[in-house]
Amino acid sequence: MKAIPVEAGLILAGTLFMLGLISVLIRRNIIFMLISVEIMLNAAGLAFIVAGARWGQPDGQVMFIFILTMAAAEVSVGLALILQLYHQLQTLDGDAANKMKG
Amino acid sequence: MEKYLWLVPALPFAGALILILGSGKLTKGISGFIGAGSVGLSAAISLVLGLQFLREPATVIQQQLWSWFSVGGLSTNFALHLDALSMVFIFVITFVGFLIHLYSIEFMHDDDGFTRFFAYLNLFVCSMLILVLADNLVLMYLGWEGVGLCSYLLIGFWYKEEKNGYAARKAFIITRVGDTAMAIGLFMLFQTFGTLTIQEILNLAPQRLPMGSETGTIIAFLLLGGAVGKSAQLPLQTWLPDAMAGPSPVSALIHAATMVTAGVYLITRTFPLFELAPLAQNWVGIIGAVTLLIAGFSALTQFDLKRVLAYSTISQIGYMFLALGVGAYSSAIFHFMIHAFFKALLFLGAGAVIMVLHHEHDMFKMGGLKDKLPVIFWTFLIGAGSLAALPFITAGFYSKDQILWMALASEKGNIWFFLAALIGAFVTAIYTFRMVFLTFYGEEKTHVGHPVGALITIPLVILGILSFAAGFIELPHTLGHFTLFSDYMTAVVPATELSPGIESTEWLIQLSAAVLCLAGVGIAYFFYMKRTDLRAELKSSMIVTNRFWYSGWGFDQVYDFVFVKPYVYLSSINKNDIIDAFYKGIVSVSNFFHDAFARTQNGVMRWYIMGIVVGAIFVLSIGLLFQ
Repeated sequence: MKAIPVEAGLILAGTLFMLGLISVLIRRNIIFMLISVEIMLNAAGLAFIVAGARWGQPDGQVMFIFILTMAAAEVSVGLALILQLYHQLQTLDGDAANKMKG
Repeated sequence: MEKYLWLVPALPFAGALILILGSGKLTKGISGFIGAGSVGLSAAISLVLGLQFLREPATVIQQQLWSWFSVGGLSTNFALHLDALSMVFIFVITFVGFLIHLYSIEFMHDDDGFTRFFAYLNLFVCSMLILVLADNLVLMYLGWEGVGLCSYLLIGFWYKEEKNGYAARKAFIITRVGDTAMAIGLFMLFQTFGTLTIQEILNLAPQRLPMGSETGTIIAFLLLGGAVGKSAQLPLQTWLPDAMAGPSPVSALIHAATMVTAGVYLITRTFPLFELAPLAQNWVGIIGAVTLLIAGFSALTQFDLKRVLAYSTISQIGYMFLALGVGAYSSAIFHFMIHAFFKALLFLGAGAVIMVLHHEHDMFKMGGLKDKLPVIFWTFLIGAGSLAALPFITAGFYSKDQILWMALASEKGNIWFFLAALIGAFVTAIYTFRMVFLTFYGEEKTHVGHPVGALITIPLVILGILSFAAGFIELPHTLGHFTLFSDYMTAVVPATELSPGIESTEWLIQLSAAVLCLAGVGIAYFFYMKRTDLRAELKSSMIVTNRFWYSGWGFDQVYDFVFVKPYVYLSSINKNDIIDAFYKGIVSVSNFFHDAFARTQNGVMRWYIMGIVVGAIFVLSIGLLFQ
């Protein structure tokens, strides 16, 4: 089996990360923002896997499992916050939550 | 008795503390009792000490109370030093001070600030006692500034009138000029001697400072600067006439009897330094001679009873400086003591006159008080006679005559000093009796209010007796040759060295002084009693001179033009303070950035994320660029 070149894996991870980042910046719906953050997390995970494969070390996969766990925790907290936000503001617009400004 | 010396300044201080803390709670009776009583006790202690000194003038009482501070090579003790010289001063301060306190109880009785007045007065007495009892120059400086503060507070005692506050500030600021010179003098003394204890400096002076050395001369001139400021001598004399804005007892105590003679004390105390700087000592005499003439002529033209006395005080202190300048220290101190008696008497008398005439200060609106106020008249007449030095019968004659004689006869004296003193004596007689004739003779022009009580007349009578009798403790060679006072003073200051072969002329000088004095009285009588019609004519023929003298020889105008106007102009330019501009700049820059960053905190989460991204890109690119 021919190994995938490291550059290709990193470019994919970078592209995914940028996509996630851009959608966090342009989306107003807070659920989509949460999904975009997940994409960015997975992009980072993918970069770890690629790097781990390049060096033939298990550390990359260890880090990915760690990221998965953290993402799960983050999603649960994030969803709870979204629920609260929806209860308070009756909307899913992230920009509406600017009550603490200034 | 010696171990109670510390009580002399401590009692008035305790009185001042009680009066300040109890202000508003004490009745007038209690305030007066505490105020006068504390000084009275001090006077009693100093009287007992004085009797001891009369038996043994060479006694020196040293009392170290505590160590004040010790920094580097300078360790300063709170220590008192009483010798024959300071004895004379504490006697005058406490005794005359006590009489003036008694007088004030009645004089200030209807004033709202009664307790405050006595608190200030007690604090003044305490500061003045510290000044003359100080063992070292630092402690003396404490007293020196203390009396300046009290003088400021008391001149501006009736602070509701703006001009009183102005007079108070003027007195404070002008004396501060002299005090600064004195402070620099103290620094130089410390640099030269490594100590500020007066006796050590005086002992070391002949070794460290050669005769006429530059350092010694500068130090002597700086000390003279301090003395000139405090004693209202040329060129810092302009504050004293305005200081008459204070109540009359204040003028009597501070601006006649005690504080203004602090300069005389300072120079007498440090006389070896002046002996080693003949130039500076000569200038002491010159300043005295010029001041006594200038102030004497100014006194001739004043309307305000108290301003006449103020100029006369400047003039009489000029006599003391003249005596110090020719090395006649004992004569200066003798004149100080006699002057304290008769000038306090005159001020108290003037205060009483002004009080019964409902605050009328203008002498030309007085008159005819001779029969209405007999006690005040007779005591005032004795004081005036003493000031004018009426021959043979008054104390002032003996003290002033000695200065006249010394001005000529001393080795350091000369004919010019003598002539200035002689002309001064003539002018003094004229203005003194002009004052007496205008105030007490002629017809009554202002209605006399209620008569004065015993608390005012008793101090007047006691001071009157002293102004009359105190002169007989020192009689010249030609008249009895009784030298109690100068013998007493030799414990501290040397006898004056006379020029050889001059003693035979002493009677001639006394005769000329006596004749001139009587002639002055005669002139005053002629113009102000006999031919009052000639007065207007004389005035109009000399109107320019008259105005010039009235304004105190234009010193105020010159100072106003040279110092006050430019200062006010500069401060009006710099109203917003150039230095502040820098700090205001810092404030506005911080404010600008605060506003800018506060605007970024808008609560929009995507904006924050954008911030993080930009920051990350920035950090990463720096990392890539400088790897």
